[in-house]
Amino acid sequence: MSEPAAPRVAGAEPALRVASLEVRYGGIRAVKGVSLEVAAGEIVTLIGANGAGKTSTLKAIIGLVPAAAGEIHLLGAPTRGVPTHRLVARGVQLVPEGRAIFGNLTVLENLQLGGYVSRDPRRLAERLERVVALFPRLGERLKQEGGTLSGGEQQMLAIGRALMADPKLLLLDEPSLGLAPKIVQEVFAAIRAVAATGITILLVEQNTRLALETAQRAYVLVTGEIVISGAAAELREDPRIRAAYLGEAVH
Amino acid sequence: MSQLLQQIVNGLSLGSIYALIALGYTMVYGILKLINFAHSEVFMVGAYAGYFAATWLGIESMEAAGQAFPLYLAVGVLLVAMASSAALGMAIERLAYRPVRNAPRLTPLITAIGVSLLLQNLGLLVFGPNPRRYPPVLKEVTYELGGVVLTNVKVTIFVVTLLLMVGLQLLVHRTWTGKAMRAVSVNLDAAKLMGIDTNRTIAATFGIGSALAAAGGILFGLDQITINPLMGVLTGLKAFVAAVLGGIGNVPGAMLGGLLIGLSEQLVAGYVSPDYRDAITFLVLIAILIFRPEGLLGVVRQEKV
Repeated sequence: MSEPAAPRVAGAEPALRVASLEVRYGGIRAVKGVSLEVAAGEIVTLIGANGAGKTSTLKAIIGLVPAAAGEIHLLGAPTRGVPTHRLVARGVQLVPEGRAIFGNLTVLENLQLGGYVSRDPRRLAERLERVVALFPRLGERLKQEGGTLSGGEQQMLAIGRALMADPKLLLLDEPSLGLAPKIVQEVFAAIRAVAATGITILLVEQNTRLALETAQRAYVLVTGEIVISGAAAELREDPRIRAAYLGEAVH
Repeated sequence: MSQLLQQIVNGLSLGSIYALIALGYTMVYGILKLINFAHSEVFMVGAYAGYFAATWLGIESMEAAGQAFPLYLAVGVLLVAMASSAALGMAIERLAYRPVRNAPRLTPLITAIGVSLLLQNLGLLVFGPNPRRYPPVLKEVTYELGGVVLTNVKVTIFVVTLLLMVGLQLLVHRTWTGKAMRAVSVNLDAAKLMGIDTNRTIAATFGIGSALAAAGGILFGLDQITINPLMGVLTGLKAFVAAVLGGIGNVPGAMLGGLLIGLSEQLVAGYVSPDYRDAITFLVLIAILIFRPEGLLGVVRQEKV
């Protein structure tokens, strides 16, 4: 497969550059030398089976787990030794797998916490309006505890909470996980709408078909290593992908 | 009837002190799942800090001259004690608990017991083992209302506690620090993802809980007349039971638990026998652990998938 063709202005710094990243848990190497780039304004997807190291890669990017080796450049600066809350202040948000809603806080409080870095009431009010416009269901449930929402609503809340920080780069970990197909369509429509506003997105998905339809470029992770990368449209036609991830018989 | 009212008055003021201390246990537990055994010594140090502040401000000569200690100085003493305990609590977190935060759960627990013993013995060494008479930061005035003896000290204990609790509720629900504390207590990693400096939030939690314990220490000194370096042992334990009774990790629960423990102790002392006043607390503990281990206001939460 050819080198990924990032729609990149010559010399422009990508929003995210990961080089030879390794993540270890005890003696286990979960990520074995992953390199990837996401240019500003792009939607890139990282696909792979369960346990391939997708979540570990995202956690390392945002500093929730340490990088055992390799370099990460995030929004113009290295991340080594920088704690998560400082990276978040730089303009990155992770919507984690399982959504991590604050269950006994109200929907509104969850959203407010998303804007913790800014803490400016006027800006937060503006962003809240935008989030509610994107997810009208959240607007109807602002006073409800986050834990009482359905899975789909919680996913919307998690994305909305991330948007409250007005991020430059959004990392999404399995936004379709455990959701009914109709809700998945709704969530992905919102993700495309968010991307259309110029926010850079790195999307981790097990739903390969959906991920390749949404993203411009893709990386395929197998047991901690990138094995294929390229334009999403090309990967959709790649026989290896079709056989292994799209469940199609290849003739 | 008047005897019952009397016991209730005494119980509420004693319970207020337990409640103030219980808040520190419950806040730290809520955020770190750690039982901070050193908290009872933070309470003791708060009482001593108040003692030394009042002495330094010349309370003894005023007393000798028959002058009352001015109210603004009494408030100053309270603030000095709260600040001293807050600093101590944050130092304990930074030096003793943070290094073992990610160790297996037994390690921080043993660390907490160690810090508690260390501070008890430091207290004996520095303050001396003899009880000290607590200076009359507030000159006692006694009222009698229909056979019930009420002192301004008891009223003050109740009012100060009430004000501090209202303040704490506002802080927890209306400020960014409070929101950060609640977020950290639900999910540490998710709080980091919000951009919250979780180390600072944890330190703030220790600081606030410790300051409340210091207020409890001064009120305890006013109420019980004497203080000693081991005063935290039994009182702290009862406050811990109060936190468990209310539902550990639950702020209103700690308040309720404190008042209930104070009341039950006074009622048993008045109607059964003063010998059983300490035992009742632990009977309550056993009962709650058997019948409602999550505490009165605690809830068993299940994660929605």
